[in-house]
Amino acid sequence: MFGNLGNFDNSLFDEFRRMQRDIDQLFGATSWPSSIRAVARGSYPQVNIGSNPDQVDVYLFTAGVDPETMDISIQQNLLTVAGERKLVTEEGANYYRKERYDGSFRRVVTLPDDVDPDKVDASYRDGILHIAIQRREAAKPRQIEIK
Amino acid sequence: MNDTKEVATRESNAVQQAKEQERTIRPAVDIFEDDTGITVHADMPGVSKDRLNIQTDSDSLSIVGDINIPMPENMDAVYADVRSNRYQRSFSLSRELDGDNIEASLKDGVLTLRIPKHEEHKPRKIEVRTD
Repeated sequence: MFGNLGNFDNSLFDEFRRMQRDIDQLFGATSWPSSIRAVARGSYPQVNIGSNPDQVDVYLFTAGVDPETMDISIQQNLLTVAGERKLVTEEGANYYRKERYDGSFRRVVTLPDDVDPDKVDASYRDGILHIAIQRREAAKPRQIEIK
Repeated sequence: MNDTKEVATRESNAVQQAKEQERTIRPAVDIFEDDTGITVHADMPGVSKDRLNIQTDSDSLSIVGDINIPMPENMDAVYADVRSNRYQRSFSLSRELDGDNIEASLKDGVLTLRIPKHEEHKPRKIEVRTD
């Protein structure tokens, strides 16, 4: 009655897969293997990480979380952010959708080995927690003179 | 010859626009209704007040917000859960809702919308007379 559902796999889903691959390539996801501590894509909070020779920037999309209640710690090159988002459920109201994450969270990010755990700066604005970690001087490329 | 070129450019523009639309993020929402109206909470981290655009007409509500993150120079993206700069979501409204009097507030990346009901549509308690 529905025909062979497997046929769907050829056209539409291939297209989705191709798109996902393109996006992954665009962001270099294929060249960076995923960390063993990584969580499934889409978990709360979402994370973006960028780096340049001077510093590593971690952005956590923690909308509606009081920054005072977040616990940020760094041990060597392991950055841990833990916290809780408490949503107030309206008593006596009819809920149609409850898509927003409610509860505690914890994310661990493996940083490059050359970061300096003493030079970390965290700021919170518009629901984004931005953690900037400086890299060590020694790790920066340097000119070697031949005697 | 020129005409053909024109068409080709126009087509690629259309494709480009379609791709950009596909890449928008659908913000997670909580929606609930009480006697006086409907409340929407939407997670839109990174959106500031001046980059938020809420549009309503008689039967629809559309929310668009752009993420603004000041990035240092020559930054390479190492990992990205969020792969678009734009949130977009729209809802259709029903007739008893008053689209002209929506109140919006934004705090720590959470948008709250309050859509009131027209006065005549607020539920009235019907008393049962006992003789």
